[in-house]
Amino acid sequence: MSVFHLKIVTADGKFFDGEAERVLVRTIDGDVCILAKHMPYMTALGMGECRVTGSDGETRRAACMGGLLSVMNDEVTLVATTFEWAEDIDVSRAERARQRAEELLQKHIEARDLELAQAKLKRALTRIQVGK
Amino acid sequence: MGASMKEIKLRIKSVQSTRQITKAMELVASSKVRRARERIERTEPYFNSLYETMTGIAYGKRDFTSPFVEPREEIKKVCYVIIAGDRGLAGGYNSNIMKLVESHITEHGHDFCVVPVGKKAAEYCQRKEMEILTDQYRLVETVTIGNCMEAAHLLADEFRKGAFDELYIVYTNFVSMLTQRPIAMQVLPIPYEKEAAKDDVKSLILYEPSPEAVFNAVVPEYISGIFYGALCQSYASEQAARRTAMDSASKNADEMIEDLSLKYNRARQGAITQEITEIVAGAEH
Repeated sequence: MSVFHLKIVTADGKFFDGEAERVLVRTIDGDVCILAKHMPYMTALGMGECRVTGSDGETRRAACMGGLLSVMNDEVTLVATTFEWAEDIDVSRAERARQRAEELLQKHIEARDLELAQAKLKRALTRIQVGK
Repeated sequence: MGASMKEIKLRIKSVQSTRQITKAMELVASSKVRRARERIERTEPYFNSLYETMTGIAYGKRDFTSPFVEPREEIKKVCYVIIAGDRGLAGGYNSNIMKLVESHITEHGHDFCVVPVGKKAAEYCQRKEMEILTDQYRLVETVTIGNCMEAAHLLADEFRKGAFDELYIVYTNFVSMLTQRPIAMQVLPIPYEKEAAKDDVKSLILYEPSPEAVFNAVVPEYISGIFYGALCQSYASEQAARRTAMDSASKNADEMIEDLSLKYNRARQGAITQEITEIVAGAEH
């Protein structure tokens, strides 16, 4: 299969820089899979699983949250707020975060805190799902 | 003579202990600056991609408008995010930032509010009785990327509500170990120059679900990215400035010690000579 150049960067550094066959991410509008020779494209990322198939045909999974994806001249750049490979995820920590967020949601809290707690819960759930 | 000898000796001792402190601070700062530079290198690709993409969309915006791009007709209020250090003894690092803020304010003459980051900035803003939007980021060393995101959402919301019409980040750019330059950077509305965007290719990009939606989702990310980048730069600058300041302080201390030792030896020699003269004078009688 033909390949394209994929770069995954976050504020913590580069996570991937090399040839890939395909990359699947969750955008704010649903899942999107990019193959080689895609037209120039840009979208914002939601929270969800990201699958990267490298040039060796092996697929790696990761939890990817927030940021943007752009395709320019057959070069794909994924700028994420947080990006963690499945093997790096601490599932027990995510479980604890989920519990805390759920407890918070049980109480009556302000709209702003509610939003924060919901976002936390969503992040924890994504991590757990990908990490397992 | 004896008294002045003792005085000089005490002086030497006190200068020596000060020198020990400045030397230690210099060493700490230089190891911190090394780590801070590594952090800048690690995060650079992120900011470059983010900045290029954002200015690219802002330039290529043909068929959409966003409150984050359009310059507002009347500028009533400006917001400054001021990044300084938590501690002093870093040469002109803190005062240069404040000077830049002041000149920027007088030059533009708008009403303004501030978000101080770093203890020195917070103290300064309180002293000058400026309107402070939030001061929950008082300690620059403890600010994380998560805090940046939080602040970015707050700033983006306030901007959209019209609480202020322009947003600047005032920080110190780390040029090299010896040069750090304070900069006031316009963040909102997103600046774009025709030369900065590569070419017209960008306008042929497909945006999903729509340019507006992409743009509005990415703006907080962009602000937080710039904020964090500025923070990394400022932190490295602070350490480099402190290193330089402490280096020259140690050098000054060395000079002083040398000077004082010379004086001490002269005084000692003088005392001996005097004693001899007295003995000789006593023996002649």
